[in-house]
Amino acid sequence: MPYIQNSDADRSEMLAAVGVKSIADLFTSIPEEVRLNESLNLSAGLSEDQLMRHMQELSSGNQSSAGVNFLGGGIYDHSWPTTVDHLMSRSEFLTAYTPYQPECSQGTLQAIYEFQSMIAELCGCEIANASMYDGASAAAEAAMMAMSQTRRKKVVVSAAMHPETRETIHTYLKHIDTEMVEAPIVDGVTDFSGLIDDKTAAVMVQQPNFFGNIEDTAAVAEAAKEVKALSVASLYPVATGILESPGKQGIDIVVGDGQSLGVPMAFGGPSFGFFAAQQKSVRKLPGRLVGISNDTEGRRAFTLTFQTREQHIRREKATSNICTNNALIALRGCIHMAALGPQGLEEVACVSRQRALEMVELLDLAGIRRAFPKQHFFNEVCFQVDNDEMVALFKQNLRAQGVQGVLAMSAWYDDMDGCFTLACTERTMPEDLIALSTIAKQTFIPEVA
Amino acid sequence: MYLSPVPLLFEDSRPGRRNWQTPGADRAVATADLPAHMLREKAPALPELGELDLIRHFTRLSQKNYAISTNFYPLGSCTMKYNPVVNERIAADPQWYNLHPYQDDDTVQGALELMHNLAADLGEATGLPGVTLHPAAGAHGELTALMVLRAWLDDQGQNQRRKILIPDSAHGTNPASCALAGFDVVTVKSNDRGLCAVSDLAEHLGDDTAGLMITNPSTLGLFEEDVVKICDLVHQAGGKVYMDGANFNAIMGITRPGDFGIDMMHLNLHKTFSTPHGGGGPGSGPICVTEELTKYLPTPSVVQGENGFELSAPESSIGRVRGFHGNFLVLVRAYAYMKRLGAEGIKRVAENAVLNANYIRVKVSDHWRVPFDRICMHEFVARPTKEMREAGIHTIDIAKRLIELGYHPPTVYFPLVVAEAIMIEPTETESKETLDAFIEALIQVAKEAAAGEDILHQAPRNMPVSRVDEAKAVKDPQLCFRCQ
Repeated sequence: MPYIQNSDADRSEMLAAVGVKSIADLFTSIPEEVRLNESLNLSAGLSEDQLMRHMQELSSGNQSSAGVNFLGGGIYDHSWPTTVDHLMSRSEFLTAYTPYQPECSQGTLQAIYEFQSMIAELCGCEIANASMYDGASAAAEAAMMAMSQTRRKKVVVSAAMHPETRETIHTYLKHIDTEMVEAPIVDGVTDFSGLIDDKTAAVMVQQPNFFGNIEDTAAVAEAAKEVKALSVASLYPVATGILESPGKQGIDIVVGDGQSLGVPMAFGGPSFGFFAAQQKSVRKLPGRLVGISNDTEGRRAFTLTFQTREQHIRREKATSNICTNNALIALRGCIHMAALGPQGLEEVACVSRQRALEMVELLDLAGIRRAFPKQHFFNEVCFQVDNDEMVALFKQNLRAQGVQGVLAMSAWYDDMDGCFTLACTERTMPEDLIALSTIAKQTFIPEVA
Repeated sequence: MYLSPVPLLFEDSRPGRRNWQTPGADRAVATADLPAHMLREKAPALPELGELDLIRHFTRLSQKNYAISTNFYPLGSCTMKYNPVVNERIAADPQWYNLHPYQDDDTVQGALELMHNLAADLGEATGLPGVTLHPAAGAHGELTALMVLRAWLDDQGQNQRRKILIPDSAHGTNPASCALAGFDVVTVKSNDRGLCAVSDLAEHLGDDTAGLMITNPSTLGLFEEDVVKICDLVHQAGGKVYMDGANFNAIMGITRPGDFGIDMMHLNLHKTFSTPHGGGGPGSGPICVTEELTKYLPTPSVVQGENGFELSAPESSIGRVRGFHGNFLVLVRAYAYMKRLGAEGIKRVAENAVLNANYIRVKVSDHWRVPFDRICMHEFVARPTKEMREAGIHTIDIAKRLIELGYHPPTVYFPLVVAEAIMIEPTETESKETLDAFIEALIQVAKEAAAGEDILHQAPRNMPVSRVDEAKAVKDPQLCFRCQ
């Protein structure tokens, strides 16, 4: 049998040692009436070669986005160094357990400490945890942490946050006594006015928001501080290559999804969530934390710390139920950030934005205008055309040329007929933009094209 | 093991060292139209290292770890089985990892078919046909299932039911998940055979009972022999039964939770279905539920329609519990594992996991105290003898001595119902020789412990660091490089 090493002879010897006659004798504690009499209705096992062929057949049913790709909406087609794949596939990282035993887990622990340090730096915060499942669940945990820290029950969420993030927050909060209020969108950015008061636990915003527009996070932080609420920003980390870190602008909790930091799109998962805050909140933080201490000989040693917050110690009084997180993907992020360094990250941010600027110019020539021209964008832009039929036609024409793109906003916003987003990264080539604009012209001004 | 210290990335950083570069960047062009207050003055202070130094840094770090590929991990409740390398090759296919979650359904038919068929196979294996692949880990699955329970109770007009009963041997995530879902926790005692005490359970059942969370086999490695009766009692009281499926490895292909009365359960694909732990994730914690509860599962699920597979929202869905469609590449690995094994192979997994655990148990039970010394499932719990404790030896010392001898320690100090617990789960993938060597090590340590030998307090002496002062890490917190 695959992956089972013992032979029939081994098993006989072991059964004798245990003092039973057969394997079946090991299962007599299971009531007979619920034991299966026949085998499960699953296919027969495959050899490794058959398996590989089966998987290739299955995966060929996909059309990958590896070519020209302008899809965004939280998952972006960034590149990553080969070093990332090489190092994170080392089986000493891949097949290790959670580092509860620090003496034989120093490698994982030090890497997590380095991850925490770099994430804190990008977020502009003092501390960061060892990772969360993803950006959406990290945002939900941030809302709950703010409620716990402020002992208040109102959470104000920007309607321009990723719809799936908002929905996740809603799912997490609806079973506990909470008031979730959505702050409306005015001209492509969030208008919190009149919604933040002394009952507010958290004010939540996304930077840049779902339409790609840059929010005034400094103003959000200030408005929250005035009523002693906590401000939360969900951050696209690549943007910090040129944009100011939310933490530096006074945001209390910075969360986000790490996919853009060296993680494949992978149909949306696994990536990793990150969670950064200020030192004073450490005892309210969800998830694992690694700190530095000493061993008995005074040597520097890394260890999981503040474990009394966590479920395995505090049970129902824990700050969160999170146990397994996304450590290996966080390691990807760690290696990626280290490989980029300050200049590397700035370059990725700059080129992504340069391409987006060029895209706006080129599409303008095809008569496609930005939906929110007064706002600043980073690498993702919301455009507006006559109606959703034209959006669908554009998308179809792009697909016919092997170009992925066009996220129709009306899938999430009833009042955004004709609006769609396109995103650029450093992988967007000038010729991709030419192809995009050519197809745009053919779609929208066929008489000229 | 790489024993020398590895400096932090930041300590090895030198200004101007470059590694990954992206041509064509022009900061002036990129930022010309942006107001100054939005911009940072200088790039984030990430470390600056060349490629070779980076490779050495992380390679050396990797060599400071125990891992399944180098050491035996008899870690109870964690099912640290071999992670087949073919699954890594399969998951590295660009036709999987280059998919964007917002591609049109007709361009991701392979991915959707895989998810659809994996869900169906997990439904078959558990006897619970409603499956969501969304939850990112076991605890996330627990929380999701409890939200499903809330939705069902609301629909029944039974939202006064707020109490969840949990046996005292349960994982910490169970009560923590209850708290997050707005339930109150009532602890149910274990009886003298280590099983959930039916009489104590019955006393706690009533109009306020939302359900029971039971781990079966339990964290003591015992099958809950009265599980059918237990489920009946909870159902009669108007509640549902949730099963923590962390220990599903023991019973896969032997019995099905859906057949013995369970309404909902989670699976840990990173345990039972062989996907790697990765030093703490990513996992995947699908939940499987009865037909009745299927309509409450999270959004989206994969259904087979006229034009192929598509993502859709269940009728009365609780909503989303995360972004996108689940930890997809973990699902790919688990799917490959199930296909490789097939029905027969899956049953063999449980049989060999249980045999391996019993083999260690009988070989060490003369040397260690085994509180429930009868045929166990995939794991069993031992503890130091009175003689060892009187000699001043604690479980922590045993664990550290085992590290010194080349073994990742078993799970220690859990479950809480056994003082100084040592929970041993060998999994099916270990050979008899490995088990024999581990048994010998356990017997050797037992003798040393009974004699109160000081090496147990000093252990481990051959690792990159000796025992770590965990109290200092809290008293003097150093959680990131810049804030030191």
